[in-house]
Amino acid sequence: MSQRVLETLKEKFGDAVLETHSHLGDETAVVSPERWKEIARFLRDDPSMAFDMAVDLCAVDYPDRTPRFEVVLHLYSISKRHRLRLKARVGDAEGEKAEIDTLTDVWVGLNWFERETYDLMGITFKGHPDLRRILLYPEFEGHPLRKDYPANKAQPLVPYRTEEEAGVPLDKLAPFGPDEGMPFGRRVFAVDRGES
Amino acid sequence: MGELKPTRQVTIEGGASGTSGFATTKLEALLAWARKWSLFKYPFVTACCGMEFMALTSPRFDGSARFGAEAPRFSPRQSDLLWVVGTISQRQAPVLKRIYEQMMEPKWVLAFGTCASCGGFYDNYATVPGIDKIIPCDVYVPGCPPRPEAVLDGLMLLQDKIQRGATGDRRPGIVKPREDPVRDLVQLRKKSSLEQGNS
Amino acid sequence: MEPIDLDLEESELELPSEPMHLNMGPSHPAMHGTVRIVLELSGETIVKSDVQIGYLHRGFEKMCERGTWNQVFPYVDRLNYVSPMLNNVGYALAVEKLCEIEVPERCQWYRMILGELSRISDHLTCNGAMAMELGAFTPFLYYIKAREMVWDILEEETGARLTHSFGRIGGMAHPPTPALKDMCRNAIPAILKLVEEGEGMLLRNRIFIDRLENVGAISGKDAIALSWTGPCLRATGVPYDVRKAHPYLKYDEVDFDVPVGTRGDTLDRFLVRLGEIRQSARIILQCCDRMPDEGPVNVDDPRFVFPPKRDVYTTIEATIQHFKLVMEGAKVPKGEVYSYTEGGNGELGFYIVSDGTGTPWRVRIRPPCFPITQGLSELINGGMLSDIIPVFGSLNMIGGECDH
Repeated sequence: MSQRVLETLKEKFGDAVLETHSHLGDETAVVSPERWKEIARFLRDDPSMAFDMAVDLCAVDYPDRTPRFEVVLHLYSISKRHRLRLKARVGDAEGEKAEIDTLTDVWVGLNWFERETYDLMGITFKGHPDLRRILLYPEFEGHPLRKDYPANKAQPLVPYRTEEEAGVPLDKLAPFGPDEGMPFGRRVFAVDRGES
Repeated sequence: MGELKPTRQVTIEGGASGTSGFATTKLEALLAWARKWSLFKYPFVTACCGMEFMALTSPRFDGSARFGAEAPRFSPRQSDLLWVVGTISQRQAPVLKRIYEQMMEPKWVLAFGTCASCGGFYDNYATVPGIDKIIPCDVYVPGCPPRPEAVLDGLMLLQDKIQRGATGDRRPGIVKPREDPVRDLVQLRKKSSLEQGNS
Repeated sequence: MEPIDLDLEESELELPSEPMHLNMGPSHPAMHGTVRIVLELSGETIVKSDVQIGYLHRGFEKMCERGTWNQVFPYVDRLNYVSPMLNNVGYALAVEKLCEIEVPERCQWYRMILGELSRISDHLTCNGAMAMELGAFTPFLYYIKAREMVWDILEEETGARLTHSFGRIGGMAHPPTPALKDMCRNAIPAILKLVEEGEGMLLRNRIFIDRLENVGAISGKDAIALSWTGPCLRATGVPYDVRKAHPYLKYDEVDFDVPVGTRGDTLDRFLVRLGEIRQSARIILQCCDRMPDEGPVNVDDPRFVFPPKRDVYTTIEATIQHFKLVMEGAKVPKGEVYSYTEGGNGELGFYIVSDGTGTPWRVRIRPPCFPITQGLSELINGGMLSDIIPVFGSLNMIGGECDH
């Protein structure tokens, strides 16, 4: 059913639709970031599309690819009951120039989703009315969901107490050492790449 | 249950200088007894453990009322027991520190759940690895979330600590698990790490 | 009495005024989530509000990228910690969709029973906590008592009161206990009776109704634009329920209704949740009748499912299989998938990307509370300060889910 949506998109926008595929019942269209907003507006307003709800917006980091990031938008039409996944690829290998148009004036509900994507993945949404960090604090540097951000690199707002101040041992002994049991976090090399 | 037995834990100090030492310690014990049965709590509820906290205060367990710690005070200035219930994120840490600093002495802190005790399995950029990195902590109740029975154990540990007073053992209490399958392993590891440290 | 200064015009007698700024949260007694609201007040009317979340950001999505696919289950539990089983089932279905496996029939019924029990627990907590924050403490105790009954069943089945970690890829951790059906059949009438008693105490209380009616109303169109789903959307009259619109598991084979509201105000949200408790009870009873007592629970696929423990100790094939599953994790085929189920608060989506290894490349949760909390600011602007409490309570913002 949503196959028809993909065909219409290809017909209407031609070259701007870079790639379409259908896998496990999910229809995906990769579009060019320049026409991101135009396509979104068409999908909302066209009566045969009628995507009235933007379900989710997120980004995925592929450090080996250029463009590096994929902005993924999931759409749903309550009246037509069909879904579509819309993607755009942005950003160069260093994670710079990750910019895309905001869709907050198309679907109001994307406001916080875009803020979250900016916060965790560092993608700038041009024209967003209020692009602040949402889940993390303003003092935080970097974007934790990028693959080159080490998972346990904390940036405390309050300095930790030392054992001398506390007078009691603060470090707890884990029941399992790193050499026993599950090697949790096998992607250590990928995670640590940012530190070196 | 509230039978007054102050002499049981009183240690007579300075007996040589007369009766004054005796009177002071007895008053301390009495105060401690009064304090331990009338804890005013400030629930700093953030996460999952809050659900168990609700269950703890509800009729089946009736956890806090039986220990005189029922009445919550939502102003830190009026409360003397801070329940840290749930994960403390880095963003939340200044708030917690501020609330602790606003509380009047004497004050106690109970870390409810593994996240509050040591950060749990959230070993990442967003979570404080245990509230004791920020504020002093008196009792740890591990569990994710702890069962209400474990929290009752923790509350009793805290009462013991209050009764011991300033002169007694000030180390934080840790609620022991009922069955500890890895206890032997942990002790072995502790032993081996101590040996390595010494050699 | 004469004016103080006869030379002044009447308007000049008024004192200059400026809006008051008030900070609510992040630790506020009447709000059971960790949220901070910065308010601009004119008298008692809210002029502007800024809702700030993120005080419970625990890095769920980052943590998922560190373990195996099965190790995500404990983290999923703690997203919406009021209904952990729904999250477990949602995540398991997402991975199974990518692996193209379907769990046996018995497991599907089992998942439905546990999921609906969780939904009852979620709605009981939400309504009870909201009533408590409005000062009605007795119904809260009734609802918590009912919730304990739900938790008793879940504990008997899964071994944990709250965070079960019971789902597995391709099945469940254990088959259902023989007592499951009897426990459900005995507990459901008792739970419904308690719900009814609590409801009677609240809905016949003039003060309670007055504080909820026409407070925080939103139209269906606005709610859709804000990406609302779940009970909050249904309270506005839009009958969108994933279980009906896109049935998964066996939801197309059971008979249940979708309660909808009309005005989309706080009272409607309260009533929709009460209605859903009854519908969930109906579903559970039907599942109990139709779940087979015998049969496999896990799929027969050694790529994803752990072998029986007895075989691990006795046969070399099972030992190797167990070792590979534990050390490397189940190899999920390369690809991406978006799977959606009806969580406690609405459409719970998982967008997962696999690179073909045993570790997820990206697990993205679409938390239903996130867009709902986004709408909070719109609902309370222009209202009274005291309306924040019922409105916020009825949205059922769950910190773990909203802040990931």
